[in-house]
Amino acid sequence: MRILLNGRDTVLEAEGMTVADLLSSGPWRGKRILVEVNGEVVGKSDYAHTRLAEGDRVELVHFVGGG
Amino acid sequence: MIEGPKDRYSRQERFYGIGQEGQQKLARSKVLILGVGALGSALAETMVRAGAGQVTVIDRDVVEWSNLQRQNLFSEQDAEQRLPKAVAAARRLQSVNSSVKVEGIVADVTVDDIEEYTRGSDLILDATDNFEARMILNDISARDGIPWIYGGCTGSSGISLTVVPGEGACLHCLLDELHPEGETCDTAGIIQPAVQMTAAYQTAEALKWLSGRQHALRGTLVSFDLWENRHVAVDTSKLKRADCPTCGKERTFPFLSASSHPRTAVLCGRDTVQIRPPKAQKLDLAEWGRRLAAYGQVDFNSYTLSLRTGDYRIALFPDGRVLVHGTNDTGTARALYHRYFG
Repeated sequence: MRILLNGRDTVLEAEGMTVADLLSSGPWRGKRILVEVNGEVVGKSDYAHTRLAEGDRVELVHFVGGG
Repeated sequence: MIEGPKDRYSRQERFYGIGQEGQQKLARSKVLILGVGALGSALAETMVRAGAGQVTVIDRDVVEWSNLQRQNLFSEQDAEQRLPKAVAAARRLQSVNSSVKVEGIVADVTVDDIEEYTRGSDLILDATDNFEARMILNDISARDGIPWIYGGCTGSSGISLTVVPGEGACLHCLLDELHPEGETCDTAGIIQPAVQMTAAYQTAEALKWLSGRQHALRGTLVSFDLWENRHVAVDTSKLKRADCPTCGKERTFPFLSASSHPRTAVLCGRDTVQIRPPKAQKLDLAEWGRRLAAYGQVDFNSYTLSLRTGDYRIALFPDGRVLVHGTNDTGTARALYHRYFG
């Protein structure tokens, strides 16, 4: 499945991945993140049942802390 | 016509969004800037040049050589003398604009004394380097009705959110727990344009608020990466939580009580300070070993990780507890903790 993740064409190996699955993978794990899918912000309580679909535009916004 | 000091703000007054009336409001305003490192330098310089009435900067740190690449209020002499940042910044700011009341305070602001500094401010600008401080700031803002503007940057990216009490989501609506993350300016590096861009988002909002042009506020969370050429603006209003402990109906301002913060204790006679996070963690020490390897000699086993850096040795335990060996000073230990663990 291909999605547009932070503006980049990205292939997800598993079909039917949820937002929660995406966040527990790779570099996003344990980060402070805000999620937007197709222009709509997704609340934390919806991560586990928000499934990603082919062509979705996903923005993962990282709350960076430096100052 | 020969220009004189009276023309100082002429270009800002000519700008349609501010005008003379907006400038007069700005001249009566008090702005507090928490932290005067990279972001704080950029924020303070803009607010002082713009003619805010009073600008207070607070910082616990001293100027170091590695600051000069991006912290634009400081000179080589400041680094040679290891001057406190708040002192060096206030000197420079006052020489830039003698008509602004500039105050530099050398302090490690904690939950116990933050109110002393925020009281009477019209706006608080965040230039801290950690979320512990930001969550305290977010609580005090909601409790006392003072807006604040979050700004953060690392590497080539930055983020900003304007938090106006009673309107939209606060930082606690968006982030509900604090845990060490490990990406800071000391670990991920930073370039000056990321600082300036973040500060520009914050100060544009500050000028709107302080000149009485609240209707012009952005209303979104912005995030960008100047190296990856990305920019997003997210409407966070849907994430405002009715049950938010900071801004919801039955709010308790949890970050204003000491139990939600890392607890610091000096281990007597051992030249060691212990810092314990509010909630026990389950950290993967091997992963932390890889993250921290660039900053000193790292050794770890399944029980503890040790990082030797400069005069200090820092031990990290899987539950998130940290021992800073080589100091008895809790402020120094907390600064090191935030430097490496965010």
